[in-house]
Amino acid sequence: MDQATLLVAMLVLPLAGALGLLLVRRRPNLREAVTLATGALLLGVVGALVAGFDAATATTVVLARPLPGLEIALSPEPLGLLFALVAGFLWPVTSIYAIGYMRGHGEDHQTRFFTFFAVSIGATLGIAMSANLLTLFLFYELLTLATFPLVTHAGTPEARRAGRIYLGILMGTSVMFLLLAVIWTWHLAGTLDFVPGGILPADADPALLGILLLLFVFGAGKAAMMPFHRWLPAAMVAPTPVSSLLHAVAVVKAGVFTVLKVAVYVFGLERIGELASAEFLAYLAGFGILAASAVAMKKDNLKARLAYSTISQLGYITLGAMLGTASGVVGGSMHIATHAFGKITLFFCAGVFLVAAHRKKVSELDGLGRRMPFTMAAFTIGALSVVGLPPTGGTWSKWFLVQGTLDAGQYVLAAVLLASSLLNIAYLLVIPVRGFFRRPVLADGEALALASPLACRLAIGVTAVGCLLLFFLPGPLHRLAEGVLP
Amino acid sequence: MLVVLAPLVAAPAIVLIGRARAAWHLALAAVVASFAAACAIAWKVSREGAIDYALGGWEAPWGIAYHVDFLGALVLLTVTGIAVAVVTYARPSVEREIPESRRYYFYGCLMLCLAGLLGMTITGDVFNLFVFLEISSLSSYALIGMGRDRRALNAAFQYLVMGTIGASFILIGIGFMYMMTGTLNMADLAVRLPEVADTRTIRAGFAFLTVGIGLKVALFPLHLWLPNVYAYAPSVVSAFLGATATKVAVYALLRIMLGIFGVEFSLGEMPLHALLVGLGSLGVVSASLVAVFERNVKRMLAYSSVAQVGYMVLGIGLANTDGVTASILHIFNHALMKGALFLALGAVMYRIGSVHIRDLAGLGRRMPLTAAAILVAGLSLIGVPGTVGFVSKWYLVLGALESGLWPLAALVLFGSILALIYIWRLVEVVWFERPAADAPAIDEAPLQMLAPILVLAFANLYFGINTDLTAGLAQRAAEALLEVNR
Repeated sequence: MDQATLLVAMLVLPLAGALGLLLVRRRPNLREAVTLATGALLLGVVGALVAGFDAATATTVVLARPLPGLEIALSPEPLGLLFALVAGFLWPVTSIYAIGYMRGHGEDHQTRFFTFFAVSIGATLGIAMSANLLTLFLFYELLTLATFPLVTHAGTPEARRAGRIYLGILMGTSVMFLLLAVIWTWHLAGTLDFVPGGILPADADPALLGILLLLFVFGAGKAAMMPFHRWLPAAMVAPTPVSSLLHAVAVVKAGVFTVLKVAVYVFGLERIGELASAEFLAYLAGFGILAASAVAMKKDNLKARLAYSTISQLGYITLGAMLGTASGVVGGSMHIATHAFGKITLFFCAGVFLVAAHRKKVSELDGLGRRMPFTMAAFTIGALSVVGLPPTGGTWSKWFLVQGTLDAGQYVLAAVLLASSLLNIAYLLVIPVRGFFRRPVLADGEALALASPLACRLAIGVTAVGCLLLFFLPGPLHRLAEGVLP
Repeated sequence: MLVVLAPLVAAPAIVLIGRARAAWHLALAAVVASFAAACAIAWKVSREGAIDYALGGWEAPWGIAYHVDFLGALVLLTVTGIAVAVVTYARPSVEREIPESRRYYFYGCLMLCLAGLLGMTITGDVFNLFVFLEISSLSSYALIGMGRDRRALNAAFQYLVMGTIGASFILIGIGFMYMMTGTLNMADLAVRLPEVADTRTIRAGFAFLTVGIGLKVALFPLHLWLPNVYAYAPSVVSAFLGATATKVAVYALLRIMLGIFGVEFSLGEMPLHALLVGLGSLGVVSASLVAVFERNVKRMLAYSSVAQVGYMVLGIGLANTDGVTASILHIFNHALMKGALFLALGAVMYRIGSVHIRDLAGLGRRMPLTAAAILVAGLSLIGVPGTVGFVSKWYLVLGALESGLWPLAALVLFGSILALIYIWRLVEVVWFERPAADAPAIDEAPLQMLAPILVLAFANLYFGINTDLTAGLAQRAAEALLEVNR
């Protein structure tokens, strides 16, 4: 198949899958088979696109032309491919996990759940492959809307309140800031295409460009830059598979992906390096990294702790993009993948703790490692990757990020990154330590051995091995990340 | 000519026949003929430019001239298109809401109102404009008065008083112009006015016209008649007037202020620029805020209409191509949104008998297609990309940036956020709440009502992606209007 067909297939497949799900909604087994088949096919399509990618022969597929000179168009590009590959690989894995989790947890409305999940993945791939800012914005909003029913899945007043915060912040920032920035860019540059080296005119007023950059970074509310981070902890009321794939991978990465795209393809790295507001944003991200870690340390609810850890880790990528150095961008891009694998493993494990042992809080996890050693071991690997220690993939992205801060001469920010690693150790690795070395606390009549759904264990195994593989074989990932720069 | 003639002849014919069934058939035939004629005109105008036609062969400026340009063609398409949808839809709804003895009379008034609106659009003579305005206004007072309870009478009376004041002001303004130039033909006026523009009479006439049309447009703070009218009129009338009446008044504003007086006089010498931009912004914010707190959905949409009129007026006040394009485009686009929403609410009224937000809980399960139309049109009202609302907003923000008024651009987007709040409150109730336990079991509305709703909802998406027709016509119309007197 040629590139154009593959690109269109990437969008059509999840939507067709969603439709298929609806058609067989009365037969859960068949429904799950449709999800998995769609996921496998999609992974094949993304894989084929990545394998056959060559920057020289990249094609653009125009889907529509809603405004004169403005197109809804798709085009492959290394950063987008990296993001698509991560999302495309983790979707089937999460689907396997979700089948085990949703059935194990006896959740209602499973068809609605899997349908909107598929639509969300379609929107994520649309963001990844967008050829210009307008397309990116279109799919960005679609992703917000498609994930809303997933966040409010439980239907409780708490879930609905969370849904309002979620929609309010994400839509609010994107309409107020991102859309304004997009239209302003169109006004200044006369184009919205992503071009290596940037599209903004050379003689534009730096002060205005600084404001434009602020609008972009705050407008990408999905990047959870403080002070627009509140939606992410709120979204944790969603079922765990949603938190794992969407709120550790697809949605949040869509935010930082937007920031990276804007830095590299709209402003250009050189311009970023000259802007005072970029430096301000890098420091704000640095502050966010430490502040979110500090909050995470205080959270006893495991999912809330992981959410704040995500906010902190997203700050790494924003920081990398705002440095204006090559290593910063390479590190930020790689971090999209390595953090995805690490954090999804952690969320998967958190979900199993809930389904199998009914434990939600960190303080209740004492001795759980002895009762479910496999899951706790996987949790350890995920935590190591998020901290950035060998033998896990997180090591490499952090390496490049620190190098990026040094290249830019920002020694304070380098210190921030290292201090954050220490904080990560304090609030993440403490969990397996308590799990393995403390005595289990058993409720009356509770058996020592715990059974977790096989599907969940399977998925956890895949992502944990992924964390390790990314350490030993970082080559393909690094090549994609390097391809981002001209 | 058929455009106006069809409904104008149908009106007395309906009253003469005096049977409800025949009345509906005749009305449908008339609007279809009118729509077909409008399509033919639009096609001709887009190929050959403006059409002039002298009534009865009396050449202008002695006879009454008809003049249709890009702007007129677009408004004709809008009004007749909505009329076809509304009349198709009307039969079941009217059977439910209007006693049989008055039904034929209802259709007669509807046709008369339509003829008036169309006449206002195609006329090239200011006095003729006033006559058609009165035809449409008088018939609409009668239509509103047929609402199901006594509050409708009250609303109709309120509108009657304010509308008559507006019409008298317009007439006085026209009189002043005639006094100074000796002509009523628009093209003639545009030529002769500049010579005498610097007189107190013309300025006073201008002021009278501004206030008079402002009343008809429902420009803040002259909008007080509108919410009650939309809320208590029969469903069909709310949809028809909501989608067309204020739009045609905006059209008259464009015609008279930009077409006759010219940009330089209206927006340069007279303070209309500040007035339109200021009142438009105030209207957007204040009406949206009221809508946020309104519990009756029809009233909420009515206040939203006042806000939307604010956008249109704002665009005119900007007086650059993009701003005026936005206003013209929004005439069409807003008709699609509000048409779909009011028709959908009419279907809800038909089945449930109430449009209070409390009674709409769980509508998504009970009338899924109608609820889907509410969702689509609501998203369009917010301005989500992929819908017509986004296209309007794009041009409006671009226009504001072009004038260097970035706070105004931010204000427009802030209006979207307010729309998000009031629309999402509706969407949440409709889609994410369970119906009350004692709610009666209901089905979708009959196909005859459902089809127009779905067609309009689909049009919201279609014209958001493919804007060749709408934005193309609007842009050419804007260029023509702004260049006439440059």
